[in-house]
Amino acid sequence: MTQIVIDKVRHMYRPARGRPVLALEDVSLEVGEQEFVALLGPSGCGKSTLLYLMGGFLPIESGTISVNGKAITGPGPDRGIVFQHFALFPWKTVLQNVLYGLERQNMPRDEREARARKFIDLVGLHGFEDNYPSQLSGGMKQRAAIARTLAVDPGILLMDEPFGALDAQTRALMQSELLGIWRASPKTVIFVTHDVQEAVYLAQRVVVMSARPGRVKAIIDTNFDKTAPDLLRSQKFGDMVDHIWGLVKEEAIKAQMGRAT
Amino acid sequence: MSAAALGKVFLRYLPLALLALAWEACARFELVSSSALPSLTKVAAAWWDLAKSGDLVENGAASLWRAGAGLAIAIVVGAVLGIGMATWRAADVALGPLVDMFYPLPKSALIPVTALWLGFGDGSKILLIAMGCMLPVTLGAYNGARSSERTLIWSARSLGASRLRMLRDVIVPSAMPEMLSGIRTALAISFVLLVASELIVARAGLGYLIGFLGSNGTYDSMFAVVLTVAFLGFVADRIYLLIMRRALAWRE
Repeated sequence: MTQIVIDKVRHMYRPARGRPVLALEDVSLEVGEQEFVALLGPSGCGKSTLLYLMGGFLPIESGTISVNGKAITGPGPDRGIVFQHFALFPWKTVLQNVLYGLERQNMPRDEREARARKFIDLVGLHGFEDNYPSQLSGGMKQRAAIARTLAVDPGILLMDEPFGALDAQTRALMQSELLGIWRASPKTVIFVTHDVQEAVYLAQRVVVMSARPGRVKAIIDTNFDKTAPDLLRSQKFGDMVDHIWGLVKEEAIKAQMGRAT
Repeated sequence: MSAAALGKVFLRYLPLALLALAWEACARFELVSSSALPSLTKVAAAWWDLAKSGDLVENGAASLWRAGAGLAIAIVVGAVLGIGMATWRAADVALGPLVDMFYPLPKSALIPVTALWLGFGDGSKILLIAMGCMLPVTLGAYNGARSSERTLIWSARSLGASRLRMLRDVIVPSAMPEMLSGIRTALAISFVLLVASELIVARAGLGYLIGFLGSNGTYDSMFAVVLTVAFLGFVADRIYLLIMRRALAWRE
């Protein structure tokens, strides 16, 4: 069933100084319930902007985005977000961070405490409940941020290059754990990345975006069995990555040229 | 306390002890005239007399009340103003130019003005200190609130916080580090304005006592009060630093 409908969305980016830039032009996309979709494109193509529009963080000036048939007008707990740089409240401990969304839902104290601890355990942070974010590694911070978002049980999970700031080993580990969590309790996931392999590995569909102004350039079905132990070295996986990389590369070159002039 | 920590404290206060010794020596050997610099032992004796007579406590209490009340008003008004201007554009447009103009004005110039409005008592000192200490707090709160990260604001909103709730849970704590340093500056300014205004227009307070004793020629007592003010300022700053460190423990 279709859950998110993006219809002819256009967005102007207006910097504090300088001229406005057309960031997104005529973007349309439909995402089904419990579907895992990756938004892939060169930097500056507006993929994060599109995610922020879905989150309701930026005003939609032209076109509409609707969730479950209702046009969105602002942020809400039905759409959880995970940012590249974690965005944990630095003055709160891990437990207090995870509790925050549950407190906003007026959940009884015992219940929210138990639920927060459950999600902290789920992401493997047991024993770090009382640590401040400044005392955690990057990977642990992102685990805490994921627990905070999952705890409020949003139907839609928006992820903005969530593993982009992590080292390669941590990233690989977190990717497979995310997939495990998603398989255990599927949600609609919109996952922004510029890593082709990550997109193919995680998503059921990969949306390739063009260089600025961002448009949907291609949509590729990547929904095949990914449970094989040597998946990353399989012929099928490699071909898929090569094909998509070919599409992204054209746009990355255009983006570079655009910047040079 | 470990030996190393004790050694650190010793080193830290050694220059102060040397200064005290040098002071005593200068006075004892009459390197400067004893009316310009009475010996430290005489000053200590005078301090004891002042403390026994109750003059020190009475005037000290008057001063601390003025500084405390003025500072409290400055913190509340300054914080509301700074965070209001940072989050509400209309307030920024309306009040920003006023803040910019008022900021460089030496607040001691307002001593006669507040005395004219509120007389020689507590009111004029409290108003003066409130006005003089407000802007460092305002600017700290303003800059701190403006530096709030948008991803934190968005996170709170998407976790179900209303705008008002987000202001309380994200903007205010984001403003806290800079606002707390603004308050530290305000604390120092409050002592300056307190003593200056009491020296000029007052019938009580430590500043008044310094002026009174000085014009009477009882210089050892005058020095005793000056040292008391210096000590109070130092202690207030140390206590404030402890509070500030505790409040910002999450920064590590």
